Amino acid sequence: MSKEETVAKKQGSRYTVRVWRQAGKDKPGQLVDYQVDGIIPNMSFLEMLDVLNEQLTKEGKEAIAFDSDCREGICGMCSLVIDGVAHGPHSGCTTCAVRMRDFPSGSTITIEPFRAKAFPVIKDLVVDRSALDKIIAAGGYVSVNAGAAPDANSILVGKESADRAMDAAACIGCGACVAACPNASASLFTSAKITQLASLPQGQPERKKRVKAMVEEMDRLGFGDCSNHGECEAVCPKEIGINHIAQMRRDYLMATLAP
Amino acid sequence: MSTTLEQDLRAVASPLMNSNIPDGPLESKWTDYKGHMKLVNPANKRKYTIIVVGTGLAGGAAAASLGEMGYNVLNFCIQDSPRRAHSVAAQGGINAAKNYANDGDSVYRLFYDTIKGGDYRAREANVHRLAEVSVNIIDQCAAQGVPFAREYGGALTNRSFGGAQVSRTFYARGQTGQQLLLGAYSSLMRQVHEKTVTLYTRREMLDLVMVDGKARGIVVRNLVTGKLETYAGHAVLLATGGYGTVFYLSTNAVNSNPTAAWRCHKHGALFANPCYTQIHPTCIPQEGDYQSKLTLMSESLRNDGRVWVPKQAGDKRKPNEIPEEERDYFLERRYPAFGNLVPRDIASRAAKLECDNGKGVGLTGKAVYLDFRDAIKRLGQQVVKERYGNLFQMYEEITNEDPYKVPMRIYPASHYTMGGLWVDYNLMTNIPGLFALGEANFSDHGANRLGASALMQGLADGYFVIPYTLGNYLATKQPADNLTTEHEAFKAAAAKVQEMTDKLLSIQGDTTPTEFWRALGKIVWDNVGMGRNEAGLKKAIEEIKALRAEFWKKVKVDGRGDTLNKNLEFAGRVADYLELGELMAIDALHREESCGGHFREEYQQDGEAKRDDEKFCYVAGWKYTGDVSSPELHKEPLHFESIKLQQRDYK
Repeated sequence: MSKEETVAKKQGSRYTVRVWRQAGKDKPGQLVDYQVDGIIPNMSFLEMLDVLNEQLTKEGKEAIAFDSDCREGICGMCSLVIDGVAHGPHSGCTTCAVRMRDFPSGSTITIEPFRAKAFPVIKDLVVDRSALDKIIAAGGYVSVNAGAAPDANSILVGKESADRAMDAAACIGCGACVAACPNASASLFTSAKITQLASLPQGQPERKKRVKAMVEEMDRLGFGDCSNHGECEAVCPKEIGINHIAQMRRDYLMATLAP
Repeated sequence: MSTTLEQDLRAVASPLMNSNIPDGPLESKWTDYKGHMKLVNPANKRKYTIIVVGTGLAGGAAAASLGEMGYNVLNFCIQDSPRRAHSVAAQGGINAAKNYANDGDSVYRLFYDTIKGGDYRAREANVHRLAEVSVNIIDQCAAQGVPFAREYGGALTNRSFGGAQVSRTFYARGQTGQQLLLGAYSSLMRQVHEKTVTLYTRREMLDLVMVDGKARGIVVRNLVTGKLETYAGHAVLLATGGYGTVFYLSTNAVNSNPTAAWRCHKHGALFANPCYTQIHPTCIPQEGDYQSKLTLMSESLRNDGRVWVPKQAGDKRKPNEIPEEERDYFLERRYPAFGNLVPRDIASRAAKLECDNGKGVGLTGKAVYLDFRDAIKRLGQQVVKERYGNLFQMYEEITNEDPYKVPMRIYPASHYTMGGLWVDYNLMTNIPGLFALGEANFSDHGANRLGASALMQGLADGYFVIPYTLGNYLATKQPADNLTTEHEAFKAAAAKVQEMTDKLLSIQGDTTPTEFWRALGKIVWDNVGMGRNEAGLKKAIEEIKALRAEFWKKVKVDGRGDTLNKNLEFAGRVADYLELGELMAIDALHREESCGGHFREEYQQDGEAKRDDEKFCYVAGWKYTGDVSSPELHKEPLHFESIKLQQRDYK
């Protein structure tokens, strides 16, 4: 252990972390308490879990499985429901960007996986979100092969449209919207892709086909329907609004009534 | 030219390193070559199985494009979804020689800037091709619906980036990498839907399978079940990124690692220029040892932010209390022509120099200021917010300081690796049938990569180069035979991987893989980082050897092999870092010159990198000999026909 670390251990805070442990998909799970020391305020939430896992490994206990990758809030791999809220207490950010200064020293923090029928638990806090990829595969694209594109400036897009598309395209596909929704609906996720492409001229030729295919795939995969609770918008780390869901519903209606 | 002849005498081209650069004038090489390539008949394409490892810009674009063409593609990624590959984190933009800004840009100028930015250590022919196809990339991405930034009239808009005096960088807010990746991902998912691409997520490639001297398959660990799986194909494409995580402290993702490339190296693939690593100047400084991940902020911030330190060493005043005349805007002072927009290697070293001289700021003294006070005064807070809002927000979330009011603190961190598997003009390694794309190869950035060029290269390789060169290989060298994983080579490769897994689990020492990784990172960062010298490199080599020996005696890996086990995943990667780290030091020691990201303190002039074109104008390709500590050096001399070699000058 380095000198800096020893100092940090002495100076840092202690937390009780109550974590969902589950050995595998069809195994029973339970919440287990752990103590973790030496946590400093600017440490990220996942760094706190790293510290805990190092401690568990040293003690010969199995480390807690959780997903994370970029650790800068853009890849969408991290998840976790922290004290009942997907991505934790800080609005507009992912779990990896949550800092320990948001938790009073000495407090107990409860950590659970994203729960939804369409997101089966793989192990501990790791869930299977591949259903979201299947929704995109159903139609979340413009069908254009590499090499078949015209000059980029031959497709003019007004700044407002481009900005609207970008607002929707900011979705990182983390699935927090599903975890937060009482119906475990993927409407916010699905509608973000639909609005992005519906806002752009490139998306028009397949607009009706797309919305039908994606919405129907979402239903087929076991996601619930939207009943306007707005929980999804509240936890979305990219602050994507439920107005996109309204757009999706309008488009779906149009596609069904006038295919 | 006589100089070229002399170079040939000095650096004799290794027979293993035939670059296969087509004949003819530079400007028309690629076009002529494409026109004469052998093609695979459309009806035969589905008989070929292509393994693509990685789903970032290079891998995702390649898998999608090859699927569109009708090949049977197997695409692997380490994350739970292809959309999470680390290309997603690139912020600032993508270069293209569109000249939409009407400021004098051209294919030649982008080519020239890239060669110069790379400190004359890249292949002319590759870089020219990159500049040529850069324009197609923007077209392709715009057609996919990538929401690039636009002018009010609807046309695409550009920004400037380091190392260039034209505006050629296209962007989508501060999330360009994400948006380009989602474009490639959506094309990929379309092919998954069409069933031309089969996706394998949560898989880590742990070995290459060779049959009759050709790459014919891979061994992967299914990260959920822990089972080893084998896959056979007619070619293997590695798009697995770089090796920046060897430094421990880096801006890479937690799962980014060079294991796939390294294990191919141990099958005989040459590893080129491992000492060319890029230290990015605008990262948020480290706070504690627990941190391996540093957060990078786009260098586009240097468009409007001014970099400075106090003139007086040890000045402990708050930044806003230091008057203008007591601030040293050291980049503007030293490089008046490029100012804050000098290339990354120069900006990083300059910051380190100020900190080494005691002028660093913040608690650790390892930071310099990046100040937007003047930009806010000039443009207004709203405009600054529109340009950099998400970066400012990110900075504030991490540091708890408001950069609209207090200057940001930044420090360099390992970010990108220019070295990688050696490839020829076709992006094929010296192992037939094994290709390397994107950051995994060494080819286009020389000794230093310019900003907004990684996205360009990844997509160029994936969308516009490999679809052609792979076809040529298959049509001329690889019949669509029926090799399956029943072949004994697959069983042998899987057994070898299993043996390593068993060994890692059986040691049960007292030191975690992360502790070894941190110790290695410190050796590499201190000695093979921004400044390198002979004594330090020799010391590093000995220390790494000792640490490696200790690893195989003392590592503690908990849990089992037949389940999701992050500790085991990390242990295997750390074992590879401990070997690759030594090769980085060996390469840095042998290259007795300074160029780009490789700065040997013995070879400098007034603090600037001093190349030795007489002796070192070549690509160093290292061959594994069975002993990590004594690799065999092969050379590919670099010939410059279109550009005259000169000392880089950004003053």
